[in-house]
Amino acid sequence: MEFMGYVRPDSKVGARNYVAVIPSVTCANDVAQAICRQVQGTVSYLHHQGCCQMPPDLERVTNTLISLGHSPNVAAILIVSLGCEGTDHARMFEELSATGKHVEIIHIQEIGGVSKAIQAGTDIARELVIEISGLQREPVDISKVVMSIKCGASDTTSGMASNCVIGYVADKLVDLGATVIFGETTEFLGGEHLLARRAVNKQVGEKILQIVDAMETRAKSIGCDMRKGQPTPGNIEGGLSSIEEKSLGAIVKSGTRPIQGVLEYWEHVTNQKGLWIKDTPGREPEILTGMAAAGAQFMLFSTGRGAPQGFPSMPVIKICGNPNTYQNMKNDMDLNAGLIITGEKTIEQVGEEAFAKLLRVMNGEMTKNEAIQYFSAIDIHCLGPVI
Amino acid sequence: MDCKLALKVNDKDNVATIFANDIKDGTEVDVRDKSGQGEKVHVKGDIPFGHKIAIQDIKKGELIIKYGEEIGIATDDIAKGEYVHVHNLDSMRGRGDW
Repeated sequence: MEFMGYVRPDSKVGARNYVAVIPSVTCANDVAQAICRQVQGTVSYLHHQGCCQMPPDLERVTNTLISLGHSPNVAAILIVSLGCEGTDHARMFEELSATGKHVEIIHIQEIGGVSKAIQAGTDIARELVIEISGLQREPVDISKVVMSIKCGASDTTSGMASNCVIGYVADKLVDLGATVIFGETTEFLGGEHLLARRAVNKQVGEKILQIVDAMETRAKSIGCDMRKGQPTPGNIEGGLSSIEEKSLGAIVKSGTRPIQGVLEYWEHVTNQKGLWIKDTPGREPEILTGMAAAGAQFMLFSTGRGAPQGFPSMPVIKICGNPNTYQNMKNDMDLNAGLIITGEKTIEQVGEEAFAKLLRVMNGEMTKNEAIQYFSAIDIHCLGPVI
Repeated sequence: MDCKLALKVNDKDNVATIFANDIKDGTEVDVRDKSGQGEKVHVKGDIPFGHKIAIQDIKKGELIIKYGEEIGIATDDIAKGEYVHVHNLDSMRGRGDW
């Protein structure tokens, strides 16, 4: 089975063809945004990190931004640096240049301020876009697919319908030799023993238990009942009573295949195949960023209450498990798994519809959030304080 | 009258999830398990779409089971047919207050 993708110099395959304008620190966001507003075919990552953080977090931000540049949906890169930030912009430039992609960098302080940086950046971005815009898609094997999965704004239909559909698709892609990545470590609480049992070996099983323990310890350190934070008020209104119930419904989307290992938040896949975990929180901006950084070409995202978010360089396919929500938010939902709840379709039928949709998206078809560019809420998950 | 469905995911479960609108006190719901076997249960109280009822009597301190796994602990005696949610189910995880 094949799809039509952009083969990159590092042999990864993209489903989109963007110039990424990457601010190395939040202070460069306005320049990056102005460049993107002017030059079509560009996307930016307007995050809020990169300075006055603990050294491990600065390294985490640098690594995450590098991984976003590695994404196969990105063809060329312009790094916008302020000049005095805590992230390592020189390493970003070096490591991204090593991918064989065309990488440029500008420094706002050195170039003479914001307006000059916008002008220089716009000229560079225009050249990069012209350079890559003629690249052609080629047929490639489906094993080059890297799918990320997530559920957000969940209710009790998620675990009964839409997540079951994602599980069906995840198993199918793994069997075809592709890569599937799931995250939301908070939503393993109460179901971690089931995941650890599916680990490919003892070390991976222990690593799963360890990331869950670390996440729970961070939550408990605040000294209160986690509820309202997780599950969210919307989850509770939707019928989810505890994180355990939310987790058990959430892990259904990982399917049934063995778990090969755990990726760090900032890590990108090189040639890992099969089902992988990425250690991320559940909140959209941070997990979407982590999954795009993993190198996923798209995300299959399940919802019950109606979550409309997307990501600048990673199309997000929305699959809705709640038939009432689907009717109410059709404009934001790509697929209707509510028909499983009403008994009109089976998990397998909607699973095949989702599989057909993802192939079309890999070939270039837009998702609903992509078409209306609802994708600016992004951020990088850090562990320590802002100092 | 159309059939009001509630789903019991695993044989071990002591709660079922109602996927129907307009469930009022006294409404009869058809609780189905994986194989489609049904049992009629009279609901106590009004239950919103997607929320849970007890399908057997659950004593205070007993575990509440869904998907065959524990999702919390009963903070009150819960009778068969009664609404189960955050008012009578306590999460056991992420509890910095315990």
